[in-house]
Amino acid sequence: MSVFVGKNSKVIFQGFTGQHASFHAEEAIKGGTKVVGGVTPGKGGSTHLGLPVFHTMEAAMQETGADVSAIFVPPAFAADAIMEAIDAHIKIIVVIADGIPVQDMVRVKRYLIGHEAIIIGPNTPGIITPGECKVGIMPSHIYKPGHIGVVSRSGTLNYEAVEQMTERDLGQSTSVGIGGDPVNGCDFITVLNAFEKDPETDAVVMIGEIGGPQEVDAALWAQTNMSKPIISFVAGISAPPGRRMGHAGALISGDADTAEVKMNRMEELGMHVVRNPADIGETVEQVLSQLKSKSTKQAVTV
Amino acid sequence: MNIHEYQTKELLKNYDVTVPAGRVAHTISHAGSVAEDIGGSRWVVKAQIHAGGRGKGGGIKLADSIEEVQKLSDQMIGSRLVTHQTDNTGHLVQRVLVEQAFNIEKEFYLGLIINRSSQRITLIASSSGGMDIEEVARETPEKVIKEIVDPAVGLHEFQCRKVCARIGLVDKHMQAGVKLMKRFYRCFRDKDALLAEINPLALVEGDRLVALDAKMTFDDNALFRHPDITDLRDFDEEDSKEIEASGHGLNYIALDGNVGCIVNGAGLAMATMDSIALHGGRPANFLDVGGGASPEKIANAFRIVLEDPSVKGILLNIFAGINRCDWIANGIVQAIRDQEIRVPVVVRLAGTNVEQGWVILEESGLEYIKATKLDTAAKKIIEVINEKEQ
Repeated sequence: MSVFVGKNSKVIFQGFTGQHASFHAEEAIKGGTKVVGGVTPGKGGSTHLGLPVFHTMEAAMQETGADVSAIFVPPAFAADAIMEAIDAHIKIIVVIADGIPVQDMVRVKRYLIGHEAIIIGPNTPGIITPGECKVGIMPSHIYKPGHIGVVSRSGTLNYEAVEQMTERDLGQSTSVGIGGDPVNGCDFITVLNAFEKDPETDAVVMIGEIGGPQEVDAALWAQTNMSKPIISFVAGISAPPGRRMGHAGALISGDADTAEVKMNRMEELGMHVVRNPADIGETVEQVLSQLKSKSTKQAVTV
Repeated sequence: MNIHEYQTKELLKNYDVTVPAGRVAHTISHAGSVAEDIGGSRWVVKAQIHAGGRGKGGGIKLADSIEEVQKLSDQMIGSRLVTHQTDNTGHLVQRVLVEQAFNIEKEFYLGLIINRSSQRITLIASSSGGMDIEEVARETPEKVIKEIVDPAVGLHEFQCRKVCARIGLVDKHMQAGVKLMKRFYRCFRDKDALLAEINPLALVEGDRLVALDAKMTFDDNALFRHPDITDLRDFDEEDSKEIEASGHGLNYIALDGNVGCIVNGAGLAMATMDSIALHGGRPANFLDVGGGASPEKIANAFRIVLEDPSVKGILLNIFAGINRCDWIANGIVQAIRDQEIRVPVVVRLAGTNVEQGWVILEESGLEYIKATKLDTAAKKIIEVINEKEQ
């Protein structure tokens, strides 16, 4: 088991014939991901990487019955591509693009209401269930099948945390990048909820950063809705206010946006907060061993 | 991207939001003639810089004569204005906005933001005009009124009436308030703004609602569809090194420490800074080299970081995903060979092809300190800097 994507997922690439999409589709196929085709408007009817190309998502869905879409179109056209995927009733939409206008995402989120799709991203390395399915641009060799769910806003910090876990032989059930934008497709809570319901996930690592309320919102939600332990870190304790730290969403614009305030609040709400990013793997190990020695959930300060 | 007050007001005027009669002036004589054109007996002279807090910093002053307008403009133009939002050297004032002055009856706050909880545009209003809204929210949260906009239908009149009623913009003023809010919202939506404030929105003599001060921030990612906004960019208001870095595809932000940082990915870059701070060091900058970190990018990153004289050591932290460590290592070799590196460098590599990366660095004969973990990398750079300083 896993969340959102697994060995039976059928993946369609939107913007399939582009350079990045081609490279990452090939990588995914090599790793065993079931890529069933792609969409490039104007190139329908041809084949690419030995797979069928369609003009529209509607046609792609009719022919392939895909359940996951990997969107590799440029930021200016991404909102339209996401809505096309929603309209085609696909289940999971992964948006890699960095630089989608915020108000485009506001409209996309409105359009999503009443549909079942889950949007992962934008501005994300994607999602991977190690050994089963990879939809994104992450280096798959650092991941290892296992029982830790990972959810993060940042890409490379996700890699950092995953490497610390894999080194300690702690594999991952699924790793989800929700992305670094201020308006993202799905929030921490959606992913935590999926991990809570996944029998193969024992604990969750949640990596946030400065800006926005979603880490604390997640902690509030988890306090009453999660039985599995959450190990968390918030990047940007040394970031100055008022400056956008790379990610469009990483901006301290008020007191509640700082890493310090977020981490203190998350700790109060029962998360295992790691203050040093180098200690993520070690903390997961400690929390798991405590979990093994006591079958019931208990609060532990790290 | 930020723009000046006078530019924001011109933009709002195009949307029929009432702003004071006034024009921007670059010279003292021009400031005088603007005041003459406006007429009346009282004017405001406002220094045009992007930072807030201009009033307290002495950048907004009243004048009762044309001579005084000229005198104040003379004081402001060419001076450096320091406010709580600038560093202690301030910003160079290159122009002033000369406007008619009003007798104010009542002041309000009006703002539009993208609310990150609701993920929608949100109208914010308060009867406490002229004050910092963050402060109002802290001291008297009940005075901050919020109305969330459904993007499918836009800001509705009933929502504006609700807001007007709650901030006390009532009786004969309500209709004017509703119209102004709708125009303000349309401007925000059309131009892909991220933040807009009219503060204060003033009720002045003659029962008019006037935007006395206004600021707007636009979404950099949407500028491709707004050439008119792009044209308003004032490079003098931005950090020249940050502009140069972005020209090379690097995201650089200067900080006040002495440990230079070169990292791939925004999250890892922040975590690297955090790690340095945690071990008692102070990062000199945030620098994200991005996904495709070519040798040229790495070389430019070294150059930009080293231009900061306070940098006493560099921590390069790369976790290669789509990048490859061997490729990064070639970039480091090229960078260090082509320029004089006057400070110790700690290199931490991880991820794709990490072994090949180390081989390239070792065979190059370069002087660097190797680290395989984030934590040890941060400790080592602080140690060497401390040793050198003793």
